[in-house]
Amino acid sequence: MKPSPFEYRAAATLREAIDLLTADPEAVVIAGGQSLMPVLAFRLAAPSMLVDLRMVPGLDTVDIGDAGVRLGALVRWRDIEDDARLAVAHPLLREAIGHVAHYQIRNRGTVGGSLAHADPAAELPGIAVACDAEITLVGAAGARTVDAREFFTGPLSTVRQSDEILTELHLPFWPTDRRWAFREFAQRQGDFALAGLALFYDEDERARVWNAHVGVIGACDRPQRLLEVEAVLNGHPIDDDLIRDAAATAARTVDPPEDIHAGAAYRRALVATLVERGLRAAAQARGA
Amino acid sequence: MRGTNRYIGSPVERIEDLRFLRGRGEFVGDLRRENMLHAAILRSPIAHGRICGLDVSAALSTPGVRAVITAAQIGPVPTIPLRLLPLPGTERFLQPVIAADRVRYVGEPVAVVLADSAALAEDGVGTIALEIEELAPVADRRASGKHDILLFEESGTNLAMNFTATIGDADAAFRAADYVRREQFKVQRSTATTMEPRGLLAEWDAAQGRMTVHGAAKVPFFNRDTLARLLGLVPTSVDLIENDVGGGFGARGEFYPEDFLIPFAARHVGHPVRWIEDRRENLMAMNQARQTDCDVEIACRRDGKIIGLRGEVFVDLGAYIRTTGLIAPRTLAQFFSGPYRVPNMRITCQSLLTNKTPTGTYRAPGRYEASFFCERLIELAARDLGIDGAEMRRRNLIGAAEMPYKLPRLEPGSPASDTECDSGDYSEPLDRCLAEFGWNEKRELQGRLIDGRYHGIAVACFIEGAGAGPKETARLDLETDGTVTVYVGSAAVGQGLETVMAQIAADTLGLPLDQVRVLHGSTTYLQEGYGAFHSRSTILGGSAVFEGAKALLEKIRAAAATRLGSAADDIELVDGRARKSDGSSASLAELAADSLRVDATFANNNTLTYAYGSSAAHVAVDPGTGRVELLDYLVVEDVGRIVNPLTLHGQAIGQIVQGLGGAFMENLVYDASGQLLTGTLADYLIPTGTDFPRIRAIALENHPSPSNPLGVKGAGEGAIIPVGGLMANAVANALASFVAMPNELPLSPARVWLMGSINRSGGSPRPAATTTIAH
Amino acid sequence: MRVSFQLNGKPVAAEIEPRTHLADCLRETLRLTGTHLGCEHGACGACTVIVDGAAVHACLMLAVQAEGRAVVTVEGLSADDALTPLQTAFRKHHALQCGFCTPGMLTTAHALLTEEPDADAERIRAVISGNLCRCTGYIPIVEAVLEARAAYRKKP
Repeated sequence: MKPSPFEYRAAATLREAIDLLTADPEAVVIAGGQSLMPVLAFRLAAPSMLVDLRMVPGLDTVDIGDAGVRLGALVRWRDIEDDARLAVAHPLLREAIGHVAHYQIRNRGTVGGSLAHADPAAELPGIAVACDAEITLVGAAGARTVDAREFFTGPLSTVRQSDEILTELHLPFWPTDRRWAFREFAQRQGDFALAGLALFYDEDERARVWNAHVGVIGACDRPQRLLEVEAVLNGHPIDDDLIRDAAATAARTVDPPEDIHAGAAYRRALVATLVERGLRAAAQARGA
Repeated sequence: MRGTNRYIGSPVERIEDLRFLRGRGEFVGDLRRENMLHAAILRSPIAHGRICGLDVSAALSTPGVRAVITAAQIGPVPTIPLRLLPLPGTERFLQPVIAADRVRYVGEPVAVVLADSAALAEDGVGTIALEIEELAPVADRRASGKHDILLFEESGTNLAMNFTATIGDADAAFRAADYVRREQFKVQRSTATTMEPRGLLAEWDAAQGRMTVHGAAKVPFFNRDTLARLLGLVPTSVDLIENDVGGGFGARGEFYPEDFLIPFAARHVGHPVRWIEDRRENLMAMNQARQTDCDVEIACRRDGKIIGLRGEVFVDLGAYIRTTGLIAPRTLAQFFSGPYRVPNMRITCQSLLTNKTPTGTYRAPGRYEASFFCERLIELAARDLGIDGAEMRRRNLIGAAEMPYKLPRLEPGSPASDTECDSGDYSEPLDRCLAEFGWNEKRELQGRLIDGRYHGIAVACFIEGAGAGPKETARLDLETDGTVTVYVGSAAVGQGLETVMAQIAADTLGLPLDQVRVLHGSTTYLQEGYGAFHSRSTILGGSAVFEGAKALLEKIRAAAATRLGSAADDIELVDGRARKSDGSSASLAELAADSLRVDATFANNNTLTYAYGSSAAHVAVDPGTGRVELLDYLVVEDVGRIVNPLTLHGQAIGQIVQGLGGAFMENLVYDASGQLLTGTLADYLIPTGTDFPRIRAIALENHPSPSNPLGVKGAGEGAIIPVGGLMANAVANALASFVAMPNELPLSPARVWLMGSINRSGGSPRPAATTTIAH
Repeated sequence: MRVSFQLNGKPVAAEIEPRTHLADCLRETLRLTGTHLGCEHGACGACTVIVDGAAVHACLMLAVQAEGRAVVTVEGLSADDALTPLQTAFRKHHALQCGFCTPGMLTTAHALLTEEPDADAERIRAVISGNLCRCTGYIPIVEAVLEARAAYRKKP
């Protein structure tokens, strides 16, 4: 299981990396390599060149401010886990990242790599979509910012052009009294989820839900929000009936794939279970 | 002797560990040679078809590629003989070492590319133009049983073998029974998944006409003889060398196509050739196992006494009969009733050819599957008859007074197939297991919904036949430094053989452990050896070492007596010196000048040992996800005699977790065209460190084996036997209010969820007693 | 391509193809074979090495990406012939059978305990869940790592 031969260049600047990609349409970007290397090992791809971003400056920072959280493309899972500020600045992100893969992979896997790889069951794309995040791409034609919900177009498929480099994920500001939950179900710890759920909502003075965001991974061909579930929740206080209604709506509105590990009916049921448990946890305590 | 042992019976830390812990193990992939070429193998991407074109010219012009070997280079393509059960008729279904004109499974070798590195060899493989005219695939045993599409047309059938196990008169018993139940069960295809994939390094010495192959395992002597025959050499011109082996579990070390192809390639090109199997190959080319289903019936008296078992078992054998391919089918039939007294039984077991990777032995072959079937039947009968599951089993266990107890007759048979349970009291581990497990208290939880999860418990019993003959060999040499070298015909596959054999030799000779060195598994050491399978190493190999050490001790005493001027019985061996009663002594190093050496053989006349035990488990089932959490698992097994409690305990825990993998997650999935869909370790799920943290094992030595001088019984495969049935019964009991019928493995979350979400009795689930326990 | 890095405290250099992953560079080029390859797709953990203090899969890192880094393999865990407390605990608890996954288990556990000497059983289990073992059932491995914690706490 050795990769096909390729050239390797560690670009010194973003500009150089873009130039290399522009000059060679068969070239691909490598950051942490935790998704790309297995693809190469199985020879599912045979790029002519790997353009490594490891020397490119400025892509490995976590910026936290009034506008939210900005994660550079080279920020590793490990960096997110270790950044105590995120416990307040974005607890949902931190909780979700705790479910990504295994110890060793968390030491190398990156924000940019995960978003660009676009596995439908991956956690970070799910958080990006659930949180109305923006993704910045820089290419020969300049920089552009894409809404996360438009970025992912299908399994392992995004709007990124082959000469573009994903440089940043921007998660909007997270109020401290927001209610939230992250839940996922995988066959073994660290496996891609058969279904996962990222949700948050705010409450008005009468404890009614507003601004509900319910995002699902693993149970659809790309991370997505369940708008009908959000509509069920908005304007009402959380109680058992509402939770049941939301769970049933979630099961009805997801469109899950079938694969060797789980059929569609099972995935629908999982989503309903996760919605129910997630809402219960969110309602009971902050930081659930 | 037992009272004076320093080592036997003690948790001796392993000798092997010192090299493994410092990265100094030597596995076959760690070896290199000057001018060595690397092999990569083109495998059929099609499950069933005729090869109509094979053009390797592009590969030959790929940089770094030195040669390509296909059937054309080999000439008449030999087939791989069966190591076990080479019954008449099987010769029709043997695997050729390479596909010449027909491919029968995805992964079958078609060409071998030799290059300067493994990556370059893979580059070469990618350029070979292989044209296959596809034939309709035989996707499963049902399609196979129609015999319309045949894997071997000239044979006229897809039925590779049909075994029947019989005792008493099953039909009469069913006519007379108070209670009868018929069920269908299914076990999925899985595989051993040794952490080290296979590998070989072959070197041909043209001047001497000698072939040396590193990477042997399990049965080096048998494979040496096979390889010699296939290469047209005499066995003394071939050496198979056993390096450290990263796991065996029955699958590693059998003679596979590569065991011919790589040595052939080395001789063909005149370079050393190394081939290291990658994980994708490992999952599609190494023996697979266990895929079985059945239609079986149980007959009982009202009091729960089983009076009959009958039915049909079907094995999805894969595309060829491999070296051990008929062991699981044979065992499925003959050991269907396990440790239970079943006076009337007739089980047939058909082995059907399919266009999938061939199958072979994997830890407790056939016994794991049979136990699942039989334990499910017993559990259902107990429930229908209103008898506690533990009590039901106690009433049916073979009694101590019935020993030796003859097991069903097998047709077609073999020299070893007339067998009987040898000794013991099967109720002892059951009682101990129930007591340690807290059966009576936990029974209160049966089927209850507690904090959102349904709880279930179950118990199962098993026997572990072991110690296949005919014999094993050992040689003990007194070295000039006073140490003893022990050569054994047994093989090491990671089980701690060096330590266990050293314990036996050191105690018998009265030597410190570090004065004994154990060398094993290579054909260079001994004339013959029989290897590591059927949990036989400690039984036969250990007994050979024991007998050899006793004989060497006598030789040492005789030599010392001559030197010190006394009778041999006046000499004692104390701390490495031969001492006379008057205090004079000679060192072993001095005595070594007399060339003291013993060759020993221990033969068991095919008398097997039967360890036996009971296991109990407690699960909690989350109906919202189908997740089954294992809250407690306990095995109690009587192994006759314990040589090393540390390694024994490790074997028990390890095999239970392996069995739990089979019960819950491992599944080799093929699609209708015969493509393997689980070709990575991200899709073929084996247990990880977080899955099963609560497992306990207790070993007893109440009833030593009467058939060997150590009193030991095989202990490497017992605890895995009941895992599938036990888990299915525990889940069934947890979900009793849904009338759950977990009759198919694995108990994947999706499958368990389905059982907990569908109500077979109509309306809402039967109300379960609800309790809440405060944490 | 040429790559230079620190290997077990000593500078090394190797001439390799860009496609060579770090594990193959260690095993085939630098002939340090303690690092094992069990899957080459980041699923088994046998090839775990420590790069700049962090445990990583050596099969999921190109050797050229190790340029200028400090790499520690199983051979680098003990300076002399004596076993380290972690290795001693593995032996005492029979935390290895065939020994193939052992180098990856040791490097992973060493990296963990160096950073988190108070890791509890649950954390240890979670961390080694990226390392597959087919022999032991993991229970003795967790016991061994738990016991080895004491030695890491003592270090300054």
